[in-house]
Amino acid sequence: MVIEAKGLVKRYGDKTAVHDLTFTVQPGTVTGFLGPNGAGKSTTMRMIVGLDAPTAGTVTVHGKPYAQHAMPLREVGVMLEARAVHTGRTAYNHLLALAATHGIPRRRVDEVVDLVGLRAVARKRVGGFSLGMGQRLGIACALLGDPQTVILDEPVNGLDPEGVRWVRNLLRGLAAEGRTVFVSSHLMSEMALTAEHLIVIGRGELIADASVHEFVKQASTNSVRVRSPQAAQLRELLLGAEVSVASEEAGALTVTGLESDRIGVVAAQHGITLYELTPQEASLEDAFMQLTQDAVEYRTSAGAQASTGADGTLAGAGRNAA
Amino acid sequence: MSTPTSTLDRAVGPGAEPAPRAEAHPVTLRRVLASEWIKLRTLRSTRITLAVGLVLMAGIGVVVAAVIASRWNSLGADEQASFDPTYSAMQGHVFGQLAIGVLGVLVVTGEYATGMIRATLAAVPKRLPVLWAKSIVFGAVTLASSTIASFVAFFGAQAVLTPHHLQTTISASGVLRAVVGGGLYLTVVGLIGVTLGALVRNTAAAITTLFGVLLLLPVLIDLLPSSVSDHITKFLPSNAGDALLHVHQQSGTLAPWTGFAVMCAYAVAGLAAAAYLLKRRDA
Repeated sequence: MVIEAKGLVKRYGDKTAVHDLTFTVQPGTVTGFLGPNGAGKSTTMRMIVGLDAPTAGTVTVHGKPYAQHAMPLREVGVMLEARAVHTGRTAYNHLLALAATHGIPRRRVDEVVDLVGLRAVARKRVGGFSLGMGQRLGIACALLGDPQTVILDEPVNGLDPEGVRWVRNLLRGLAAEGRTVFVSSHLMSEMALTAEHLIVIGRGELIADASVHEFVKQASTNSVRVRSPQAAQLRELLLGAEVSVASEEAGALTVTGLESDRIGVVAAQHGITLYELTPQEASLEDAFMQLTQDAVEYRTSAGAQASTGADGTLAGAGRNAA
Repeated sequence: MSTPTSTLDRAVGPGAEPAPRAEAHPVTLRRVLASEWIKLRTLRSTRITLAVGLVLMAGIGVVVAAVIASRWNSLGADEQASFDPTYSAMQGHVFGQLAIGVLGVLVVTGEYATGMIRATLAAVPKRLPVLWAKSIVFGAVTLASSTIASFVAFFGAQAVLTPHHLQTTISASGVLRAVVGGGLYLTVVGLIGVTLGALVRNTAAAITTLFGVLLLLPVLIDLLPSSVSDHITKFLPSNAGDALLHVHQQSGTLAPWTGFAVMCAYAVAGLAAAAYLLKRRDA
């Protein structure tokens, strides 16, 4: 267990930012932390590294509260927001000052500067940095201690397409090395490309904790598109308690609640001609929208909890790759 | 861009033998001191503000001495009798303390204003070493530099006074204490600035509070009936500390070291409150 949150609650005055959040982040994977803006992602991440104290509950990193580690930057590298930097200092001096707290040598500072591609501007003051450069500096800070676990809050925010691809490759590279990556985003599509596992929250509550694949399966009501000259007749045959059939154009049906195999069998049994029989998988974006529409209705079920087991195998695969 | 896999040291999965990784050591006060020293010397604003404070401390005493010397014959008899060539040289502390105090505030609030504090506290999550290190580094730098400025002010002023035979010497009774006191006074004002910055966490509010305490409070207390104000005035931070800069104790003031101890007590109390809040508040 890399990160273990138990019953985390954070209240600011009478506003509850995080409510009874329990989850674990497994080692050696990229875990996406997903939720709409204001869902409590940043608050949760701040609690993980001890910047905010939970109102109730506990969160540990590598088995201990973050603050109790002798070398916190070695355990967890964190980028909570790109601009956690004094604007009057150069990027290089900023990194040197942070490195000094852990006796990290200058050559490691040079390493991370090169790694994030800031060599050319490292001696310039951070105040003049573009959003993308600030983001890269934030990532350099997170990697400074060569940490086992990396936590990044919205790392692709404000990056150009080239920067987005760079972050994506970086995250995959870190996971391939066996590191744990916990990365938040409000962009479902971005997570689909980088994360293997998803923890989804909405309004401060856990909505789903599952692999990306299971998440889509669990969240979406997959449908089947059917075209037939006898659409009306087929519709009557398919309708049932769990099955709904919609028809947006003549001769075409959208069936939810039945597998395409079953529809094919029913059609054959009644001698109905089919022109088309296409399973429609909901996109991650659809699944996300559907889940976050009503955070309370989609509280994690026992099934979602059990799915963390499946993630264990993913973690194993990640290690083998490394 | 760079390829992370080739540059980063290979890490390992849980339970496996650790692979070679970049060098790191446990966080200690000594390392946090090194970090704060880098932070202090790598900001242009720090160097400028400190320089302004030191120039004011060193220069104004000399100017005051020159003015008094040139107008000596037109001064009244009591003015001439109460003339203290050392304290005149120390007059720069009234202005120097504003720059040094602001610098103390900025050492802390600069981090809150820019968000830097979150990077700092993520690196040192036990938090208190950050406050101690800031106080020690800033205190040491201020003490060293403002003591030098204080001596420059003293010898500069005596050089101006010598042609008029109004000078004193560093070996005269109480003079060395007063000149060393100039550096000590500025240092403690700076530390009070640090504690106000840590308590208020906002540059404008902390500076306003600092100036209010140093400049406004003595004036306000003086508006009270003297039967009341006489008991309070001498205990105000600036007045208590000022006692150390006088060669001869003034009426209605504390003894030099007693006064300085009172001033230090404010700084220590403020630091204790700041430490308590730093531990408890969200960053």
